[in-house]
Amino acid sequence: MILAVTSAFLGALLAPLVYRWLGQLAGWGLALLPLGLTVYFASLLPTVVAGETVRHSAAWVPTLSVNFSFYLDGLSLLFALLITGIGTFIVIYTGGYLKGHPDLGRFYMTILLFMASMLGLVLADNIVTLFVMWELTSLTSYLLIGFNHTEFRSRRAATQALFVTAGGGLALLAGLVLLAGMGGSWEISELLAKGEVLRAHPWYLGALVLVLVGAFTKSAQFPFHFWLPNAMEAPTPVSAYLHSATMVKAGVYLLARLQPALGGTEVWSSTLMAFGLATLLTGATLTFRHTDLKRLLAYSTVAALGALVFAIGLVPLTSYYGAVGFATFLLAHSLYKGGLFMAAGAVDHEAGTRDINQLSGLFRVMPITGVAVGLSALSLAGLPPVLGFIGKEVLYLAALQAAPAWIIGLAVLGFAVGATLALILTVPFFRGQPPTGVHEGPPSLWLGPVVLAGLGLLVGLFPGLYNPLADAVASAVKGAPTSYHLKLWPGFNPALLLSLLTVAVGVGLYFVYPRLQAWMAQDPLPGPENAYVALLRGLLRLAARLEQTLQSGSLRAYLVWVFAGLSGLVGLALWRGGPFRWPGETSALSPAQLVLVALMLLGGLLVLRLRSHLAMVVVAGIVGAGVALLFLLQNAPDLSITQFLVETLTAILIALVLLQIRNIGEVPRGRWLDKLVALLFGGLVTVLMLGMLSEPIELHLTQFFAEKSLPEGFGRNIVNVILVDFRGLDTFGEITVVGLAGLGVYALLKRLRREEKP
Amino acid sequence: MNTLILKTTSRFLFTLLLLLSVFLLLRGHNEPGGGFIGALVAVGAYALFALAHGLTAARKLLPLPPLRLVGWGLLVALLSALVAFFLNKPLMTGVWFSLLGVKVGTPVIFDIGVYLTVFGALLSAIFGLEETADRTPEEAP
Amino acid sequence: METWMALLVGGLSAVGVYLMLRPHLIQFLIGFLVLGNAANLLIFTSGRLGSAFPPLVQPDGTVLAPYANPLPQALILTAIVIGFALAAFGIVLFFRAEQVLKTLNAEAMPERLEAAPAPSPVDEVREERA
Repeated sequence: MILAVTSAFLGALLAPLVYRWLGQLAGWGLALLPLGLTVYFASLLPTVVAGETVRHSAAWVPTLSVNFSFYLDGLSLLFALLITGIGTFIVIYTGGYLKGHPDLGRFYMTILLFMASMLGLVLADNIVTLFVMWELTSLTSYLLIGFNHTEFRSRRAATQALFVTAGGGLALLAGLVLLAGMGGSWEISELLAKGEVLRAHPWYLGALVLVLVGAFTKSAQFPFHFWLPNAMEAPTPVSAYLHSATMVKAGVYLLARLQPALGGTEVWSSTLMAFGLATLLTGATLTFRHTDLKRLLAYSTVAALGALVFAIGLVPLTSYYGAVGFATFLLAHSLYKGGLFMAAGAVDHEAGTRDINQLSGLFRVMPITGVAVGLSALSLAGLPPVLGFIGKEVLYLAALQAAPAWIIGLAVLGFAVGATLALILTVPFFRGQPPTGVHEGPPSLWLGPVVLAGLGLLVGLFPGLYNPLADAVASAVKGAPTSYHLKLWPGFNPALLLSLLTVAVGVGLYFVYPRLQAWMAQDPLPGPENAYVALLRGLLRLAARLEQTLQSGSLRAYLVWVFAGLSGLVGLALWRGGPFRWPGETSALSPAQLVLVALMLLGGLLVLRLRSHLAMVVVAGIVGAGVALLFLLQNAPDLSITQFLVETLTAILIALVLLQIRNIGEVPRGRWLDKLVALLFGGLVTVLMLGMLSEPIELHLTQFFAEKSLPEGFGRNIVNVILVDFRGLDTFGEITVVGLAGLGVYALLKRLRREEKP
Repeated sequence: MNTLILKTTSRFLFTLLLLLSVFLLLRGHNEPGGGFIGALVAVGAYALFALAHGLTAARKLLPLPPLRLVGWGLLVALLSALVAFFLNKPLMTGVWFSLLGVKVGTPVIFDIGVYLTVFGALLSAIFGLEETADRTPEEAP
Repeated sequence: METWMALLVGGLSAVGVYLMLRPHLIQFLIGFLVLGNAANLLIFTSGRLGSAFPPLVQPDGTVLAPYANPLPQALILTAIVIGFALAAFGIVLFFRAEQVLKTLNAEAMPERLEAAPAPSPVDEVREERA
């Protein structure tokens, strides 16, 4: 399993190469990666259905109990199959949809990276691994939404999605760390067994709120739902994959995963049901504002996510309907919504518009896509004989068992909009004249929708195919063995009546849709997005004000602050440190050294009086040469050579620049404040140094280096052995800095060349 | 600065300095010297040559553009650090072996990486500035 | 010796800081170099003075004592080279700044910068695509 996740990451990194190699066929070639993973996870089906779990672990940072551990039960397996299975068709679809796009290689890489991180997320057992993968999905989603990065709208939508989901991710991290502290383990599988300890803990409520914020932002729950429809700026494969079938379900996954540990309390069920229902209704209501296919689908996704959260809230309150309903509706939604998105993209690609008012008679020119849309829409409307029907039925059964009548009424209303949307989507295929010049897309564009819709139909007709896995998922969510016999025709029961009512209301709403749409689309509705915008604006304004106060743009002011602050703080520490002691003299000063020191001090003072830049450079160079001589006299030959060479080269560099500068300006006089700060700093350095020299020196390291240099470093120049052997890593960092400086110089001068060209 | 004396002596000096720089680099492990010092001497040699014979001539004497040398230097240093990693020792442990009777170790290779990086980075700065210096008089308004 | 070194380092740092505080960038650069030298001397002295031999192991495996402390030397060696790399970058940066803004006075730069805003990276990508 570790291998599966790693190979997904590696495959993603190789994707651009594969694209360069295979070109147009890359979509089909790259699809082999998710396909292989699907087969692998499918091979684990018998094990998991038998009620066993698979766990693999590798140490990552063992001292912090961070492990690379993965855990597979029914719930993770369903998600893994969805991610890899739908991923296969998405990659194929991308090949057709973005054919010839200049950045297609990058797109493949990012979407496969997303797949790998999502896979890691649903399989992760360790809290830290889970969080890292969680944030990786947020980041890849950001990159994918902003794929057309020259468009302002894409960039805005991408940052919005990132801010909301990554912000929630931070809350999640805090919540998970709290959970780990409460349960005394970093492995989720161990935490699940400690549900009672967690629920009785005084931090329970705090941890719960934090985890919920993380899950709600990720899964676009009210009031964080606004980022999801905006994310439709992404290319369609992304919308179909991330923003309907997989990533937005990460929050739902997390809630379902933690249900056995955190669920079962009053606050859990009521919060989840309240927010789920609110999201369902928000998504349903806002659907009516739009005529754009992708936006319509996005709001319906918001509604479906609400329904899923609602279902998780029902799990502890119901015998088994809640868990099974969740398992069934989850699969149904991923299948039909992924298919519908891909079909919508195909229509957009072929017909050139996504506005339903401009589409007509498509069935005659795009029959295959039409069939796929028809089947998926049946599922969306919750009509037999497809899986969507069964999913909704079981959810209704769950609601009937546990929820009061008014909640059921609201839920019916929310689901009814699904039926309306199904009509809105299918009618353009059958009504009106077919447009001229539009034809069926290539197989890559219709394969995904057809297979997904076909699967929905197959499982709908033979629910026994999915039943074992559904039971495994339900057991994982419920935290106890659960089984239920899924049936296409459950007989006449209250749920069926509710379904009939749903369809009736939905059809009714369809007839008022045009008028409702015109009325609601008029002006922007106030909503939580306004709060987000206001928050962001306020933040920017605050930053601007802070920048104005702190970053005046005056180099001198910064330096005065730095040096005066440094002197003040160090001076304070010295003053409070204790009485000053004069250092013992270890060596007398030879006359040569005395002259040298005096000359250097004089040179320093001379620099201050000079009125010519060239002369200043020369005198400063002489001071540098004095330092080099001092090094030589103090038995540091390496330093001495280096210092001499550097002084020479510096002089050459400065001379090269001085020769070219036209507006050199004159040498300005210093201010009294500068003198004060400089004197303060210099005096402090002297005092500090005297204080330091009065302390005894620890020669432990020096002796170590001197003793080990020859026997272990095989070098007699101790300084060099320290540099390249004992402290080689430091040196490596340092030459990296030197290399970067070279790169910076190159970049600065390269810009010059570009500017000169025209 | 196109004096005959500079032109003739610089060729001689250039070779001498370059030899000296390699000598300093290789003996650095036992006597004063090493990658940093060697690189600085080599930069000086090239700067002198460019001053006397022009940039184009100096560039022709380089095996690679200076910035490529930075990349190669970092790569060489990194690879020398990885050798120990593949021998299941902690990263950057010195590994020594004998090559044609001369003791060669990864620290020496690392020092060559240091040499290349420092040489490339500093030379690219000096060459870049000399290049603009060559051009400035022509386009001066 | 130590006291003299402390005075020297203090004096050089004061000179360095004073030069850095002047608004002219060439003087800033010289100040930066002087301050760098002072810092190197400080580190060197912190390893103590009064040695008689360089830190080299004799071929027979002994080190002649009292030898100079090799540890600060290794630190300073890289510090000199990094300081130089940084100075080289600074020199070129100031050179470029002068070419664009026509001044080397740091106090006058912000106003000139506002007059000529840099193009955003997005525009650059667009131009390249076009």
